[in-house]
Amino acid sequence: MIEIDDFDRALLRALQRDANQSAGALGREIGMSQPATWRRIRRLQEAGAIKGRRLHLDAEALGFGVTVFLGVKLATKGRVSLDDFERAVSAIPEIQKVEHVLGFYDYRLRVVARDLSDFERVLRRRIMTLPGAGEVEANVLLSEERLPGPL
Amino acid sequence: MKIILDDLDCSILRQWQADPTLSPADLAERCGLTVAKVTRRQARLQEAGVVKGIEAVIDWAALGYAFEVSLRVTLDKTIDRAFDEFIEAARCVPEVIEIQTFLGRVDVRLSVIARDMAHYQHIYRSSILTLPHIADIEGLMRVAEIKSNESLPL
Repeated sequence: MIEIDDFDRALLRALQRDANQSAGALGREIGMSQPATWRRIRRLQEAGAIKGRRLHLDAEALGFGVTVFLGVKLATKGRVSLDDFERAVSAIPEIQKVEHVLGFYDYRLRVVARDLSDFERVLRRRIMTLPGAGEVEANVLLSEERLPGPL
Repeated sequence: MKIILDDLDCSILRQWQADPTLSPADLAERCGLTVAKVTRRQARLQEAGVVKGIEAVIDWAALGYAFEVSLRVTLDKTIDRAFDEFIEAARCVPEVIEIQTFLGRVDVRLSVIARDMAHYQHIYRSSILTLPHIADIEGLMRVAEIKSNESLPL
């Protein structure tokens, strides 16, 4: 675990918004010199505080009008290998996110599709046929916001 | 603004999405294009709003927040502004990192992070259960993130 101070927090908040800013611009924003800012970014990156970068795309403009979250229960726990299920589900290109969870469902999946009939195709042909997939609950995403978190 | 994308745009987006840190020169090489062409296309995609930006993804576990819970909330829809008031209040909880609304059995989902189980319990009692208009709430604790690239199948 890495210890961070208020400057680091301000830096992380700024990078969450826009990771393409120069160290100079970021430094001006948080009140620090360009070299000091650059060193701090490198430290945060090396300590793993920044996992990576994400290209934020307008899914709708690219023709992906529907995002659905699926809660999936495995039908035959113990008999089906979690590794097999995870490998198979991760290989589906329309599935953007796979989380192993504890609770009413075993997995949470984020699925993107062009429209509802495209989603139905993915669900029937690819998801319902997964090894061990049992009960599935679908919720269609209406809106989404990401918050900076405790920084 | 709607723009028509051709194969070149898609190929640039695919490579760029797979690694947002690629320089225009690297992207050009992977797509078999000139740097000038890639730069022009990148600018056009950004101007049209197809590319909204590049964001740093925080690893909360590295910052000491090892715990993540997905809270599925059903709201009391007999109240007119239940959604708005709930979301407004949820935004003020620092440990809430995602708010999504749905059509389905779940109305709203919150992603909540915490340092450990005790910290989570504290947040849950003092900041979550006090949010307005909750009819029912159900939690899924994250055990592992298997895939999280969130890329589009372009």
